[in-house]
Amino acid sequence: MLEVRIRRKAYVSASGARLEVLSDIAFTLADGDVAAFVGPSGCGKTTMLRILAGLDHGFEGTINGAAPGRIGMVFQEPRLLPWRTAEANVRLAAPGASENKLTELFSILELAPHRSHYPGELSLGLARRVALARAFAVDPALLILDEPFVSLDQALAARLRAELATLVDRRRVTTILVTHDVEDAVWLADRVFLLAGHPARISAELTVPGRRGERTAAEIAATRQKIAALAAPCAATAP
Amino acid sequence: MLRLLSLALFFGIWSIGSSLAGAQMLPSPGAVLTSIFTEAQSGTLFVALGATLVRVVLSFSLAMVAGTALGLLMGRVKWADAVGDPWLVVVLNLPALVIIVLAYVWGGLTEAAAIAAVAINKLPNTIVTVREGARSLDPTLDEMARVFAMPRGVVFRDVILPQLNPYLAAAARSGLSLVWKIVLVAELLGRPNGVGFEIGTAFQLFDVARILAYALVFVAVMLLIETALVQPLERRASRWRVRVA
Repeated sequence: MLEVRIRRKAYVSASGARLEVLSDIAFTLADGDVAAFVGPSGCGKTTMLRILAGLDHGFEGTINGAAPGRIGMVFQEPRLLPWRTAEANVRLAAPGASENKLTELFSILELAPHRSHYPGELSLGLARRVALARAFAVDPALLILDEPFVSLDQALAARLRAELATLVDRRRVTTILVTHDVEDAVWLADRVFLLAGHPARISAELTVPGRRGERTAAEIAATRQKIAALAAPCAATAP
Repeated sequence: MLRLLSLALFFGIWSIGSSLAGAQMLPSPGAVLTSIFTEAQSGTLFVALGATLVRVVLSFSLAMVAGTALGLLMGRVKWADAVGDPWLVVVLNLPALVIIVLAYVWGGLTEAAAIAAVAINKLPNTIVTVREGARSLDPTLDEMARVFAMPRGVVFRDVILPQLNPYLAAAARSGLSLVWKIVLVAELLGRPNGVGFEIGTAFQLFDVARILAYALVFVAVMLLIETALVQPLERRASRWRVRVA
């Protein structure tokens, strides 16, 4: 179970001004839940993920259940080591992963022919998949995804979404997905949290009906509409 | 091809210069070659080369290892940089000769003093270069390593070192040539063997052919090290870069 209580997170800007980014973000996820946080860019979503991942300790509040070493993270950019092959990148993050598991991961993500390629030889879509493979290879208790499909074309994003759904269901891993793209939320998430305001807080929460991967077009459309109705601009009051 | 022509031109000018200036001031390439052979036959050439090479390798390794550690520290830790920077400026601007003489005065005319003096001469240069590299380390990869809880050793070997590679290569390149020049001075001043010592003896006898013989052979050895060791290592380290086919 993951329990998140972020009372407040503020930055001190270069000019000395205090800028509050997050306020009263509180939610609890059961094991295996997939939660999507939707909100426009500049909303503090990445800040929240950095706190969950243990990269930022300068906040008021508590996080329970995000043990270090059991976190798999997919950053907005792939963040692969350019001087190591795709396979070595995965192995370095997950030294305990068995050969079978890696082979399975690479085949689900259709990376098998690219194992020995260096990141510089991969397209962005392939590099993203290697980053996904790396996050899953550590057998995470918590999977954190920061806009994993941003700047990919629609068709590829849809395929990667399907691959991600397969992996999440197979491993029953608690997943937090941050996105500004409603599609990611309606296809992948069990629960959707809308972030809005300045500082950002959770403005609305809804449960997505239907099993992931078996959702009908009508269900998807209904969820999409519900989110659109609830969504409010968040950076409108930004200075 | 052009390189070979250029080299031939060099020897041509040398020959002409030799016939103009006289064999006493500038011996012909042939005379230098003969000198190399006599020195090689008597064995002194190899003894001197070996002694100098050992000193070069030891002081170079010492300067690289210590310089990398200090450079990393100063590039990553603010207060270490503040503390170390004035020292660095002092050592950076201290003439090589002063360091060598002081090392001999304080440490005696010993092997350790000679090697330490040369290493200290090279050290600030390595620190400055590696510090620059440490400052430009990618913080996003650092975060990635932290999230995935990579052990320190792995972070150093697979995340930090490859980023420092171009800086280390630059430090090694400039370092190798700097070190062997300084080793010769240290040998001239206080060692009973080595290329520097032999050149010192030849200088006292005004034997220009022998001076050139030792200089040429040592340059050749360093060139060999550069092409046979440094360049292949560099190629290996950068094999991940996408080559333009």
